[in-house]
Amino acid sequence: MSAVFLAPLYWMVSTALKGHDELLEFPPTVFPGSPQWSNFRDAVEFIPFGTFFLNTLTITVFSVIGAVISNLLVAYGFSHVQWPGRDFLFYVVVATIFIPFPVIIVPVFILMAKLGWVDTFLPLIIPAWLGNPLYIFLLRQYLLQIPRDLTDAARVDGAREWQVLWRVVLPLSKPALAVVAIFAGVFAWNDFLGPLLYLQSEDNYTLAIGLQFYRSQYDVQFNLLMAASTLVVLPLVVLFLAFQKQFIEGATMGSLK
Amino acid sequence: MTDRETRLTLEVPGVARETGRPRLLRRRLGTLERRRLLTGLAFISPWLVGFLAFLVYPIVSNVWYGFTDYSGFGEAEFVGLDNYSRMKGDTLFWKSLYNTLYYTILAVPVGVIVAIGLAVAMNQRVREVSIYRAALFLPSVLPLFALSFIFIWLLNPRYGLVNHALAPFGVEPINWFGDPTWARLSIVLLAQLGAGQFAVIFLAGLRAIPTTLYDAAAIDGAGTWSKFRKITIPLLTPLILYDVIIGIGFGLQVFTQAYIITQGGPDNSTLFYVLYLYNQAFRYGDFGYAAALSCVLFVISLFLALIVFWTSRRWVHYELE
Repeated sequence: MSAVFLAPLYWMVSTALKGHDELLEFPPTVFPGSPQWSNFRDAVEFIPFGTFFLNTLTITVFSVIGAVISNLLVAYGFSHVQWPGRDFLFYVVVATIFIPFPVIIVPVFILMAKLGWVDTFLPLIIPAWLGNPLYIFLLRQYLLQIPRDLTDAARVDGAREWQVLWRVVLPLSKPALAVVAIFAGVFAWNDFLGPLLYLQSEDNYTLAIGLQFYRSQYDVQFNLLMAASTLVVLPLVVLFLAFQKQFIEGATMGSLK
Repeated sequence: MTDRETRLTLEVPGVARETGRPRLLRRRLGTLERRRLLTGLAFISPWLVGFLAFLVYPIVSNVWYGFTDYSGFGEAEFVGLDNYSRMKGDTLFWKSLYNTLYYTILAVPVGVIVAIGLAVAMNQRVREVSIYRAALFLPSVLPLFALSFIFIWLLNPRYGLVNHALAPFGVEPINWFGDPTWARLSIVLLAQLGAGQFAVIFLAGLRAIPTTLYDAAAIDGAGTWSKFRKITIPLLTPLILYDVIIGIGFGLQVFTQAYIITQGGPDNSTLFYVLYLYNQAFRYGDFGYAAALSCVLFVISLFLALIVFWTSRRWVHYELE
């Protein structure tokens, strides 16, 4: 069963290493006859891979920073600060988890256009700085486990709210913040619809959009496309192997209401 | 009203009086409460700004754009219900709606079954489980656009691995993305690569079931299958509900795969709703019609979510929680 799930990845790497002639051999070869490592170099040179890579990385890094800061602030406000109307607004947050994003692509696009943000990275980065209902929910669940005695003790010592957050809550919430950072990073790296809508000039393209360049009207260079895909996927595979625990915890946390 | 005033006066004596003739908000909340409110709002302000600017405002303005003819440039022109009456005769609209519901109705149950199946398979207490779990989970982390490109080649009728692997079983080469019936099914198949995500959730659910329940059932003479049907499945229903809700959301949103692999073809069999909506807005520049389509999708999403929640009272069991 695991083999079935890894077959697409195997086929990607195997195709990436095939020469043009071997690609069109019938029946297809399961193992590449003579691995063409130069495909990777050709793939990188075929499109402005470096630019697309840097663009993707920039969007991802700024999204992660924004997601960690904003969701921590909001989740703190929904867990350790007492204020009237808090629980009602939190229900609103939870309800919005289920609103499918494509439902609002048209009006959000018009709004971004009016702000003059089309063909910049801002429509892809700024929303990450404004909190995400699912991450707020996950973080709040986690922060609620921090005993109130701890934060109250800091307040008695005269700490202001942001000091309580910075000194007491932040150090204790690092595992949950790691999950948020990973999720936000993977989302930004994998996002296709956002860049497709907002990035118009080639200099701004991300890898998600750039991969289409291997496909011309008449021909698809699948070995190069697969080589480039391998390079796009590789950071994720490394990240996953390094932080498997966080990935799996994050997936499970969402369902435990 | 008097009750509340008394209570608040009791909580913060003096303060309420000092403010003299306060405004409504002050009288209701008192200074201390109000300061707390401001502190709370300050912390959640990122979400509040995002919620108002990028959710509430768009949804409200979308309703308005749905009543207009708008090309994205210049002014939107009010046309009343024209966009909605146009939908009635728009065969592609109905086709895309049909395709999307067909996909959702097929992909959601298949997804639940595959995920539970994988979870049960992983619930063996052997050492290699963590390796299998990683292998099953990994594809769900990878970008859909890359998986879509891989699938084009993996399911290529002549050069793809899948037809090659099926050939020894006497299966004739399948024209996966070229045949209207197979194309939709192939997209359902692609979605199953994400099943690992839910399999892990179900696995956590399986492990939370006390073994004493199974032991008791075994004493009563229950076999493996009836234990699974009478104990495991009922206790997983809260997680199944979660999977169904998320699955419906994803099903109605299906876009990337169709955009990359088939562009809606062949014969519009993979023209899904969001792809049609995208084409109307960003290919033909018909933002008014696209906004009206969005409103319809919004109502459908809401309606389906309500149906699921409403019926869930009958089939979801929360005994253990």
